[in-house]
Amino acid sequence: MSHVTFIEANGTEHGVDVDNGVSVMEAAIQNSVPGIDGDCGGNCACATCHVYIDPKWAPLTGERTQMEHDMLEFAEGVEPNSRLACQIHMTAELDGLVVRMPESQH
Amino acid sequence: MATAFKQSDDLMAAAREEAFSMPLDKIDVSDGARFVNNTFWPFFERLRRDAPIHYCADSKFGPYWSVTRYKDIMAVDTNHAIFSSDAHLGGITVADMDDDFILPMFIAMDPPKHDVQRKAVSPIVAPANLAVLEVLIRERAQKIFDNLPINEPFDWVDRVSIELTTQMLATLFDFPWEDRRKLTYWSDIATSDPDLPGNPNKEERQLILLECLQYFTNLWNERVNAPPAGDLISMMAHDPATRDMAPMEYLGNLILLIVGGNDTTRNSISGGLLFLNENPDQYEKLRNNHALVETMVPEIVRYQTPLAHMRRTALQDTILGGQHIRKGDKVVMWYVSGNRDETEIENPNAFIIDRARPRQHLSFGFGIHRCVGNRLAEMQLKIVWEEILKRWPMIEVLEPPVRVSSSFVKGYEKMMVRIPG
Repeated sequence: MSHVTFIEANGTEHGVDVDNGVSVMEAAIQNSVPGIDGDCGGNCACATCHVYIDPKWAPLTGERTQMEHDMLEFAEGVEPNSRLACQIHMTAELDGLVVRMPESQH
Repeated sequence: MATAFKQSDDLMAAAREEAFSMPLDKIDVSDGARFVNNTFWPFFERLRRDAPIHYCADSKFGPYWSVTRYKDIMAVDTNHAIFSSDAHLGGITVADMDDDFILPMFIAMDPPKHDVQRKAVSPIVAPANLAVLEVLIRERAQKIFDNLPINEPFDWVDRVSIELTTQMLATLFDFPWEDRRKLTYWSDIATSDPDLPGNPNKEERQLILLECLQYFTNLWNERVNAPPAGDLISMMAHDPATRDMAPMEYLGNLILLIVGGNDTTRNSISGGLLFLNENPDQYEKLRNNHALVETMVPEIVRYQTPLAHMRRTALQDTILGGQHIRKGDKVVMWYVSGNRDETEIENPNAFIIDRARPRQHLSFGFGIHRCVGNRLAEMQLKIVWEEILKRWPMIEVLEPPVRVSSSFVKGYEKMMVRIPG
């Protein structure tokens, strides 16, 4: 199990514990964390699980894939630390990960 | 009375018999006639079961592949490097664009040009603008509903679905209000089949669309000389990615925005009311809990699937679901079939307004061409149903709706209803 903290645009925090291997998107959906839609079910195909990676964790979450990059082209409010949560899978190394969410998924 | 709107079971039984007995290679799901009488369903069921990646060698639209399962559709939709949307290769519908009348539009482009043009217009459906539009849409919906006749039959498509979506579209374009039904007309012409009796033929269709271009060129000329504003025409006239578009490209993008913002939502507004009449238990559930509008809206969009398919063209040889697709082949993703794929969606043929993950459907497409207006569409439908439920516990569909003859635009031309008073 590893811990993820989701922070809504309004500052509300949600901490959840999930099995390693589970994507950060699934971690939110499984625990009914508001602010992550995940319409495509984790196929990197809708960009509705857009999150901002806390800078401290950025080196551990890896790089965007090409498809992820292409999808983020069309998301709102994309920043250098923007990722799609379905493309980040929890590992022991990521235990304690903090991600922030945009105002809405689009 | 309560079931007067239902279509004949015999017709469906005959279609089922035909679908499951005919040779697989003779199946052609692109025929609009089966969409008019709503008997196309068992043909897709057969294909999903027996030939999920299916080759039709001979159709009105030439040879094409059908992709009918959810996962395979997702695979094609997310692989834009191999499956092209380019207008010059035929575009995004099973019917190729006319060689002498190619309309480039960003949905029918590949990256990188697609990306910059899409970004020129996408701010109109950004969250901040949606909040502004919500107030406007609600006021207009209220006005439309407050003027509907009570206890008297009327056409829901014309009085509600078309009126509401056309008003919305006129707002997005800042289009002259009194002329707004021209938008509906052009939208219908753009997607009409010139070979069907009663429709304008190919030359007439092109002339009408050029009139559309002329009308919009006047608006462009006004806006390009004025300071940038928030409407789609001004946005295109001032964005570096779109301000130098050739006339046919301007027309192409207009058609895209008109059809995308009109037909689809229109038919989902009509479809929702039909589905609730077909499923009185769901209507009852909704009456008892108005908050279910939230999950019902995406379920309506799934169940309706207002665009039955999208098409791609293979840029190279590839293997899809064990089938060898060749460079240049036409590949049709049948969203209408994938949305009923029982291996991906539980009990897919049932209309259930409180599904756990209702947005798991293909109607908006996936990948880089995913519907840019999907949140606006959901918002419009949400407002429609909130306002209806505030007013009336029941609206009755009186007879089977008249359906559109097209395997692309899946919709309704007419649907007679009555609000009991």
